[in-house]
Amino acid sequence: MSPIDENHLHADPGIESHHPAAAPATAASPLQRQGARTIFQKGAPGRRAFMCPAVDVPEADVVTLLPAHLRRSEGPRLPEVSEPEIVRHYVGISKRNFDLDSGFYPLGSCTMKHNPRLHERAAALPGHARLHPLQDPERAQGALELMWNLQEALAEISGLPHVSLQPSAGSHGELAGVLLSRAYHEDRGESRHKVLTPDTAHGTNPATVTMAGLEVVKVATNADGGVDIEDLRAKADGDVACLMLTNPNTLGLFDPNIAEIAEIVHGVGATLYYDGANLNAVMGLSRPGDMGFDIVHFNLHKSFTQPHGGGGPGSGPIAVSERVAPYLPVPVVARGEDGAFTLDHDRPKSIGRLRGFHGNYGCFVRSYAYICSLGGDGLKDASETAVLNANYLLARLREHGVAEYLPLAYGELCMHEFVLSGGPMKKTLEIKTLDLAKRLLDFGFHPPTVYFPLLVDEALMVEPTETETKETLDAFADAIAAILKEAAQDPEIARGAPYTTPVRRLDEVAAAKRPVIRQAL
Amino acid sequence: MLAAVGVDSLQEIFERQIPEGVRLNRELELPAGLPEQDVYEHLRALAARNTSAEDELSFLGAGMYDHYVPALIDMLTERSEFLTPYTPYQPEISQGGLQVMFEYQTAISELTGLPVSNASAYEGPSAVAAAGYLAKLHNGKAKLVVSAGMHPHSIETLRTNAHGYGMEVVEVPLRDGVTDPDAWAQAIDEDTSAAIFAQPNFYGAVEDGAALSAAAKAIAGEPQDGSSAGDPARVRASGPVVIAQVDPIALGVLKAPGECGVDVAVGEGQPLGNRLDFGGPSFGLFAAREEYLRRMPGRIAGETLDVDGRRGFVLTLQTREQHIRREKATSNICTAQALNALAGVVYLTWLGRRGIVELGELLLARTHYARETLSAIEGVEKLHEQPVIREFALRLDADVAAVRRRCAAEGVNPGVDLEALTGRETDRGGLLVAVTEKRSRADIDRLADVLAQAVAAERKATVAVYPMAGHR
Repeated sequence: MSPIDENHLHADPGIESHHPAAAPATAASPLQRQGARTIFQKGAPGRRAFMCPAVDVPEADVVTLLPAHLRRSEGPRLPEVSEPEIVRHYVGISKRNFDLDSGFYPLGSCTMKHNPRLHERAAALPGHARLHPLQDPERAQGALELMWNLQEALAEISGLPHVSLQPSAGSHGELAGVLLSRAYHEDRGESRHKVLTPDTAHGTNPATVTMAGLEVVKVATNADGGVDIEDLRAKADGDVACLMLTNPNTLGLFDPNIAEIAEIVHGVGATLYYDGANLNAVMGLSRPGDMGFDIVHFNLHKSFTQPHGGGGPGSGPIAVSERVAPYLPVPVVARGEDGAFTLDHDRPKSIGRLRGFHGNYGCFVRSYAYICSLGGDGLKDASETAVLNANYLLARLREHGVAEYLPLAYGELCMHEFVLSGGPMKKTLEIKTLDLAKRLLDFGFHPPTVYFPLLVDEALMVEPTETETKETLDAFADAIAAILKEAAQDPEIARGAPYTTPVRRLDEVAAAKRPVIRQAL
Repeated sequence: MLAAVGVDSLQEIFERQIPEGVRLNRELELPAGLPEQDVYEHLRALAARNTSAEDELSFLGAGMYDHYVPALIDMLTERSEFLTPYTPYQPEISQGGLQVMFEYQTAISELTGLPVSNASAYEGPSAVAAAGYLAKLHNGKAKLVVSAGMHPHSIETLRTNAHGYGMEVVEVPLRDGVTDPDAWAQAIDEDTSAAIFAQPNFYGAVEDGAALSAAAKAIAGEPQDGSSAGDPARVRASGPVVIAQVDPIALGVLKAPGECGVDVAVGEGQPLGNRLDFGGPSFGLFAAREEYLRRMPGRIAGETLDVDGRRGFVLTLQTREQHIRREKATSNICTAQALNALAGVVYLTWLGRRGIVELGELLLARTHYARETLSAIEGVEKLHEQPVIREFALRLDADVAAVRRRCAAEGVNPGVDLEALTGRETDRGGLLVAVTEKRSRADIDRLADVLAQAVAAERKATVAVYPMAGHR
């Protein structure tokens, strides 16, 4: 472990010393001492940053322009601060965040790959950033061409020919997909009310099904971590609208029975939906359309480098097969015979709109820039490297000193991510996966996804991505080994972690019991 | 690395996992990768083929507006610490993002006069649909009554979603530019789950929000046939959930939804420090009365203490959410619009307590001036006489598309062709004009000159070809 950059929010955890007492004894760091005061607790009456443009039109009596019964009696109590105060405040609190640019972020199913800054520069060009969504299509040809090109690229990557860029994020894409499936069946005069989801599915899958007015039926996972074919056969009937599947699934495993699964689902007339959260494993290697999927959503903020922004924005385009295409949301970008691009609203079988305007265009610019940079070869190379990195890290964690506490939950090899079980660690070392995760914070790493998927005891889901170096993967594996070794000597250290972060473990139960969700003024 | 994995080649990793039949045994048919400078040049060339708000004098609005975005927002949203983290699942190292959410919630709560806000929804129209779902969860009733003054995209989005979650959408027409109060009262009955209006409405008119809320609340909520006795969700309900889609920038001067008796306020956040971006990403605001807190969609940050007694923030009330509750969640939303919400709260902080009122009053004055100036043009009249804040509708006695083309040739975009957007025949001749603080009196005067010439020229051309023509 190398000492951590001094600008980083973590102090050196003292791993070199292996001295159990070293960690807990830390005094509050300057960041910790700062305490959290919100912007509403700063400033002074009359202080300001904004200088309002002068009223350059004839003075009019405000009361006549907006009668008293429509007017606000007291303005909103917004902060009263100067511009330098705003900058110091937000720069200050930004330093209380860990971020991808500062360190390794192996959050499973989230694909925390590098965000190239070219994309920010390109998206900020006024021709993109200051383009009004209701600009006439003939004067927004560059934007529509970009959207068209992105649609074409996503169609090729997924093996499904028709694309809508409209959904705002992955779960929004899922909603679009389930509504499409429903519309497809309704158009055929069928009312199918069930959607099959594996018990390993992302939580958004079942939540989406309910919002689309359908009913979730869970499908079991077999001993190898794939879909239990017998259970699927038993549950696949004429009431099933759709099977929602992630492949590779949330265990990081490519389902070897995918062709048979597709056959069973199509055999009962249902559609097959691909949750694209894990697409980073298979770009240029295998395509959902070729696997038999009818509908796929992409997460541009995962596979295609849209920065996560601390929880958005994202973008969740969908691609579909011919038979589902008539139901796509409106509008879609079309190209006329003269080569001009238009927005096609005239789609009588469409499920309708899912949001205002055309989708998160700013994200399209970034993801399109990514695809242009990498090309077909580069995307394949990205997926290959992501899978290699995951397998290498897995191999390092299967070494002596780790594997006996954190065994691989399923399989031998993995795709772009893998899931370890902290069950044996909890039993023998008496620290939980949560403790391991919190102790990793002291080592300067963002922990993996924890306690998901639900069917793995004390799960730890690790996705390193292709943009990490071997050195980083080694450092992470060494940190896990060191924490386990430390826990064998004194489990209290991990149980009390973290020690070096801006705050330590927070009382989430109290927060939920008596919610305080705004600053009292 | 391969040796550590225990394979001879990279190929072996895939061959052992992906069945032969579904492997793509060819290259993707995509253009070859490019150096950074070439990609930039390509994207610059595409941008150059768009006419942005920087390239013309634009009065486009109808949901997104060309307000000034202060430079410090660019600086803060481009900081790695805000730009590149995931959703704050590890609060000890995410205090920055969580505090931003907490501050954002406070600002939105102040703006709307409602006590609880989430940390952001996707954008305006989908926030309306999410509010409809909240109403369904709250009272289990089947009907959504919406004012025709809602943005057409909001109504369409609500219809798409309502078909999914099994509700009927009933539209109430406008009268004199605002929601017809009689039709509103008539449409709302004991089966109404939610009553939804826009403030100001799509045509720019300020609605009497308090009167609409009161009228909706006056409807008795108890089912008359007693069929749902024993269903606690229905027994508890008393009248529909009143939902307002609000324009946040108007709330410096406009009576707050909370003051008007509104239960849930949603809205498009783009005017608050977010760029146009051809329609997204922006953020949706979502605030409500306390009783809806546990049915809110999306992330919510809450305050707590750490083990040493220090103040900190966490994602809270997560038992509402999909990753815990799965099919019983109050929403499927996961990734939302954290970075855009950051821009929103920084913008509101930058405007400040006095600035948001001053800006509102400036918009009122300029919009009033623009409306009077333009409606004085021969062949141009107001679509309605209601108060307006930042946008207003006109009716042209000429073909709107043709007039807009003539204006475009002069470098002026006079606004949105209403009929083209809504598809409503009653909107024929309609032009929706938005005035932000970036449009000065001189800009408005120039619009008036160009529009007057375009309308005159178009009327002359129409009369010459079709002597009997005219829309009315």
